[in-house]
Amino acid sequence: MFELIGIPPQALFGQLLLGLINGAFYAMLSLGLAVIFGMLNVINFTHGAQYMMGAFAAWLMLGILDVPFWASLVLAPILVGLFGVVLERVMLKRIYHLDHLYGFLLTFGLALVIEGLFQWKWGSSGAPYPNPIPGGYNLGFMFMPTYRGFVVLAALVICLATWYGIERTKLGAYLRAATENPTLVRAFGINVPRLITLTYGLGVGLAALAGVLAAPIQQVSALMGTNLVLVVFAVVVIGGMGSIMGSIVTGFGLGLIEGLTKVFYPPASNTVIFVVMALVLLIKPAGLFGQTK
Amino acid sequence: MAETLLKVEGLQAWYGESHILHGVGFEIGRGELVTLLGRNGAGKTTTLKSVMGIVEKRTGSVTFEGKETVGQPSDSIARLGLAYCPEERGIFSSLNVEENLLLPPMVRPGGMSLGEIYQLFPNLQERRRSQGTKLSGGEQQMLAIGRILRTGANLLLLDEPTEGLAPVIVQRIGEIIRQLKGRGFTILLVEQNFHFAAAVADRHYIMEDGHVVDIMTAGDVKQNIGKLQAYLGV
Amino acid sequence: MVGQMMTPSQGMIVAAAVAVLALAAPWFAYPVFLMTALCFALFACAFNLLLGYAGLMSFGHAMFFGMAGYFYGHVVKAWDMPPELGLLAGVGGAALLGLVTGALAIRRQGIYFAMITLAFAQMVYFFCIQAPFTHGEDGLQGIVRKPLLGGLIPTKDDRVLYYVVLAIFLFGYGAIYRFIHSPFGQVLKAIRDNEQRALSLGYEADRYKLLAFVLSAALAGLAGATKAMVLQFATLTDVSAAMSGEVVLMALVGGLGTIIGPVIGAFIIITMQNYLAATGEFVLVIQGVIFVVIVMAFRKGVVGEFSEWWKARRSGPRERPAAAD
Repeated sequence: MFELIGIPPQALFGQLLLGLINGAFYAMLSLGLAVIFGMLNVINFTHGAQYMMGAFAAWLMLGILDVPFWASLVLAPILVGLFGVVLERVMLKRIYHLDHLYGFLLTFGLALVIEGLFQWKWGSSGAPYPNPIPGGYNLGFMFMPTYRGFVVLAALVICLATWYGIERTKLGAYLRAATENPTLVRAFGINVPRLITLTYGLGVGLAALAGVLAAPIQQVSALMGTNLVLVVFAVVVIGGMGSIMGSIVTGFGLGLIEGLTKVFYPPASNTVIFVVMALVLLIKPAGLFGQTK
Repeated sequence: MAETLLKVEGLQAWYGESHILHGVGFEIGRGELVTLLGRNGAGKTTTLKSVMGIVEKRTGSVTFEGKETVGQPSDSIARLGLAYCPEERGIFSSLNVEENLLLPPMVRPGGMSLGEIYQLFPNLQERRRSQGTKLSGGEQQMLAIGRILRTGANLLLLDEPTEGLAPVIVQRIGEIIRQLKGRGFTILLVEQNFHFAAAVADRHYIMEDGHVVDIMTAGDVKQNIGKLQAYLGV
Repeated sequence: MVGQMMTPSQGMIVAAAVAVLALAAPWFAYPVFLMTALCFALFACAFNLLLGYAGLMSFGHAMFFGMAGYFYGHVVKAWDMPPELGLLAGVGGAALLGLVTGALAIRRQGIYFAMITLAFAQMVYFFCIQAPFTHGEDGLQGIVRKPLLGGLIPTKDDRVLYYVVLAIFLFGYGAIYRFIHSPFGQVLKAIRDNEQRALSLGYEADRYKLLAFVLSAALAGLAGATKAMVLQFATLTDVSAAMSGEVVLMALVGGLGTIIGPVIGAFIIITMQNYLAATGEFVLVIQGVIFVVIVMAFRKGVVGEFSEWWKARRSGPRERPAAAD
């Protein structure tokens, strides 16, 4: 293939793949944040810590019990999701009647505690997780490591399955209805408090699942989710939290934009998402897929 | 009167600090259609919401088929066989018409089937894939009534089903309510439109300032029309 | 707040005691610790001005605090200018940054406002990692203390500098006090309590909010520049999200929306950090625990809970404690 405006195609497609992978994580995490916010009215600041816990759960299970990656992909989200259920039952449910800011502060505090404890126990340098499917394909224009391709596909499947679950199933209908009017849904005989707990557990499980997928790519470390969650906040502001499909599209799209920036103007690659956020605030303050206020 | 289905005694209720109901009492027999009449702010809607458990801060006694419901959360109360159709209709905008209809779970056997409901409300079948809140006001009201017929609940609490609707639609809703009574549903109806209420109900409880102040049977209404108008301020 | 709870004579006694304490402090406490605490106290007051009186919770105030430190250091060290200009650059730079980020952030409300300010602060943080003038991970080190007012005030002596910092703090605190009690502050409170109503009365709510944001940013900048002057360095820590969280914690511990609360909160947190510095990660864990405990159980903070207890004690058992929140 020819060079594109002086950029070798290997570099271009390599960065685009990297962008797509980052976008996959943005999409999975912002999806969970949006679903949780819809039901609980809480912006879950603990999301990054729960993502990290997913990766750690996989790493610990591998190291101690020799649990393979594929089993961790199922087990770790369940374990971390159950932890979320406990958190919701013990703490979050007591603050729903307060201003949203208290939920933000509470989950911020929890994130500090969780990340601090993991850092204290395992340090902050990080540990490698072996690649479960090493090797790759030469696509002609670029080399595609198998696992990275798998992550993008898996994330797409996970996102679409979440979309299907919310938009097309009975449980999803309960969720959507309870997001709009929990009192009435409860008066129809549905146990809304249990539905809220379940939603939080699922959202947290989704974050943990993203964490397991990330483990073989990134170093497993206590602070792996700290900066990520801040970027995901910007993603959520850009997309607006009203639409599931919107979260998915925004997540992947911003990952790609980040990848392109890395090719054309590397110093701005860390900040480009925030610049996009500023632009969106100027042009469409409610977010690309958000309803006004 | 038939066997008592719902019995309310000394019901008091609060919204936050404000005391709304001051000892409401009434009862409904199985298969009856009873209304709560009264001016705005008399406590009719609050009474429905307290029976349903939506207003949680309440004392007194509300028994359904002999079971005490005060102190239970609204989802447990609904599962005893009560169904609620709110004044603002409560159609979910993120659900289409059919999803709205299928939302309330079955609480007892013997509810109407989806087919029977569509037979009763043909418009809803035509628009089953439309977003719930895209329907006209009358259609939304029919959807709000239709969706509580599937669940098997035998006591329907209807809050001002005719509010803001054109006379033709009001008439249609009147017919439907009579049909539902014919099918054996017990109905507690809150109304401001007493002409409508008089045409369908067996008995009226008149409310003022959080109390029941008078009871009239359908037969009494004609003789007491002046008194009733004074109560309702019309 | 505190003034309303006491008789005038009691108030005078307390004020005099505080004044004596503030003046004598550097003789029985480590002056650098006191100066740092005062800088954070001013920072927390600036943050609280925005939350308590405009109802806007910024989760990105570290960008003003930290950037002002860099501005101060750059002007004083790289450009070799007098410290007054460094402070001015810190305040002005932070105000300008506040103008830009504030104008965008106030387009959304509530929780979104918090997320947007947090995101902008993170952008500034990433910028600071790369920008040459911040010296990245190393930080801007060795900003030598120079005398103030053209040589009149020597600043090498910590005790002398303490009084300068005290004066700066009092200046900032006084500015906040004046602002809150000005007609402008009253309008701001009206907007906080009911924006629709204020709009219908003809107040341009966004303009008031933006001005409050810029003022808050400028004062946070004053605090950050002063801290750089005292400690003679500016680092990434001061622009990080953790610092943004720390200032929220200080205001929260002291009592949101009380004018003295953030000062007390800042002293509590800085003291705590001083004692726990050796425990490493546990400082963060303990801060997290404090967040959780306060949100779950003591939402009024030290000052709020104390004044409630004081009122209840004085008014006797007949009167119910006023419903706060």
